[in-house]
Amino acid sequence: MKKNILSGLKMLLAFTLLTGLIYPLMITGIAQVVFPRQSNGSIVSIGQKACGSELLGQAFKSNSYFWSRPSACGYATLPSGASNWGPTSDTLRKTIEKRRESFIIANRLPLNTVVPNEMMTASGSGLDPHISPESATLQVERIASARHFSPSQLQQLRQLVASHTEQPQFGCLGEKRINVLALNRDLDLLR
Amino acid sequence: MSTFIQLALFLGALILLTPVLGKYMKQVISGENHILTPVLGWLERSIYRVCGIDPQEDMNWKKYLASLLWFNFFGFVIVFALQLTQAWLPFNPAKVPNTSWHLALNTAISFVTNTNWQSYSGESTMSYLTQMAALGVQNFLSAATGLAVLIALMKGLIKNTKQQLGNFWVDLTRSVIYILLPLSIVFALILVGQGVVQTFSSYTDTTTLEGVKQVIPLGPAASQIAIKQLGTNGGGFFGVNSAHPFENPTPFSNFLEMLAILLIPAALTYTYGLFIGSKKQGWTLFGAMLIILCVGLGVSLYAEYAANPALHIAGSMEGKETRFGIVNSIIWSTSTTVASNGSVNAMHDSLSPLAGLVAMFNMMLGEVVFGGVGSGLYGMIAFVILTVFIAGLMVGRTPEYLGKKIESFEVRMALIAVLAPAVCILAFTAIAVSAHAGLAGLNNKGPHGLSEILYAFTSACANNGSAFAGLTTNTPFYNVLLSICMLVGRFGVIIPMMAIAGSMAGKKVTPVSSGTFHTDNGMFLILLIGVIIIVGGLTFFPALSLGPILEHLLMQAGMTF
Repeated sequence: MKKNILSGLKMLLAFTLLTGLIYPLMITGIAQVVFPRQSNGSIVSIGQKACGSELLGQAFKSNSYFWSRPSACGYATLPSGASNWGPTSDTLRKTIEKRRESFIIANRLPLNTVVPNEMMTASGSGLDPHISPESATLQVERIASARHFSPSQLQQLRQLVASHTEQPQFGCLGEKRINVLALNRDLDLLR
Repeated sequence: MSTFIQLALFLGALILLTPVLGKYMKQVISGENHILTPVLGWLERSIYRVCGIDPQEDMNWKKYLASLLWFNFFGFVIVFALQLTQAWLPFNPAKVPNTSWHLALNTAISFVTNTNWQSYSGESTMSYLTQMAALGVQNFLSAATGLAVLIALMKGLIKNTKQQLGNFWVDLTRSVIYILLPLSIVFALILVGQGVVQTFSSYTDTTTLEGVKQVIPLGPAASQIAIKQLGTNGGGFFGVNSAHPFENPTPFSNFLEMLAILLIPAALTYTYGLFIGSKKQGWTLFGAMLIILCVGLGVSLYAEYAANPALHIAGSMEGKETRFGIVNSIIWSTSTTVASNGSVNAMHDSLSPLAGLVAMFNMMLGEVVFGGVGSGLYGMIAFVILTVFIAGLMVGRTPEYLGKKIESFEVRMALIAVLAPAVCILAFTAIAVSAHAGLAGLNNKGPHGLSEILYAFTSACANNGSAFAGLTTNTPFYNVLLSICMLVGRFGVIIPMMAIAGSMAGKKVTPVSSGTFHTDNGMFLILLIGVIIIVGGLTFFPALSLGPILEHLLMQAGMTF
């Protein structure tokens, strides 16, 4: 029995070495060579300056940018999180009502506008980088007016939204969506 | 329409891969030559040599079990110790401090028992070293432990009057290096290609377009996420698990991660069929599991798309990610709870009451519908034994399974395996709702509050690890109580099942006759589902009616709390 227990200890150390060090080191080595951008967080830069990760959402408060979804953690990353409010939470009911109103008012939309679901609710990660194409379209007028766009620039802006719309992956997986950071970065380039 | 296409793709891929992987695992388990023997055979042999193991040694059930328990105990000690010393050890670029004793205890038990309940957020609590050398390792070893128990049980079922069940170290080693490791390597690299991070660099500082500082958390995530999905572990590298864009960046990564949850448990039913010499037996178990999964999927999808009169919203996206949408969130929430995986890509706390009910009910069935790697199928065999016994009582015939008599010892052991976690769930929920410390961490009021507590203990006892995460559980009260639940849920099933393996191995196989009760047809499938629902599920009906069922009715009346 004693020998068996000792074997157990040795096995644990051997597997710690194999699956706890060699395996992650090997994956890291291959990943860094084959997918250097992805494995380091898909960082997006403007010139030399890193302005975030393509995959992580950011907070946009100004009227001249497209807004991301509401986030329960305010787009903090250490750690990020969700509201975890349940389906009969009174706080959630009031919050949704407030978000609906402020989205309509800020974008000067008719009062009976159907506000897209994801703009009234906080995401699971708190870092959702996407919004639906509908949500982006509803924000176009607000941005154009904040940036004093001419009608032709407004047209360009609409095209920008259309060109940033990602279809479901391989035509069938997931939902239509727009990456807000990528859209806003290109928005800054519109002149 | 796209809902149905995605559902069909998911279930289709699962059904197609089951025989492929199932056949391969049969070759690995029985020590035949297979595709990876020439590549990795040297590794297997050198592990035996270095660790002083005689692969020919045949263990009886007691020695097999003792080896398993010691091995798991040492695993616990290492995970516990690393968390309490991580601040002084290397691979800690973010300089996270040592954890509290109760968090270390909870996390160590959680990862050793294949639960991966997390009272913490990885990115702000665990060093890279702890994630890799403690948590990552147990992701492999707890899954391999589950497989080993299943292998011993399968051998016990087919042995004819022999006491020996094989060698624990051999079963463990083969499971890791031929099944879990190769699958993880391939899967991890695909995940990195989709955008999952994999680096040892420290967190990067960036400045957002609006000029705010945003820290980008990094780490060796892909290697850990691959095995946490494949090994039905479920413990996220980041706190929000697979909702985090760095754990699950695209719909394709999401599809593969969902498939990985059920892949090995599903394929094991085929392995089982081959092993006992009747593919039909394997497909019967697969069929029972698939039916329960599909019913759960249907109810959850219906509930999630329906209007919520309390929040004045339909198809709520609270706690969900835009790229996945409702259908992928629900396929995940159902799969992760029928399997004992427990990873999430949407926050279960914010699911509609009925979808939350399905998630809880899946776990309450004892994680036998696909279930954990190995543990799902050995749990299912406990239900098979009960079904054969009950059917035997109904027709007044001696119950038999695979030609072996089921006697009172096996039935008693199977009942312990089924009831130990169930008793634990109800007793501990009762304690928590009556204690100040138990109610202190609630995030929601009304019936949803009860659901949060009930979900926590259900998840721990079922070794699932998903959560109604609003409940604050990083307190001595919850960390310790949930630790006990996880231990009972794991070893309260493993020990009786090993005893069954031992006693079945010693029995004589009687040939099939006209009086044999068949366990490979539609009649048995229906009986089995019935027993699972009645014995496994009905126990919890009173608790569920005070939680999610009541919440659903009040929600329909437009009430909020």
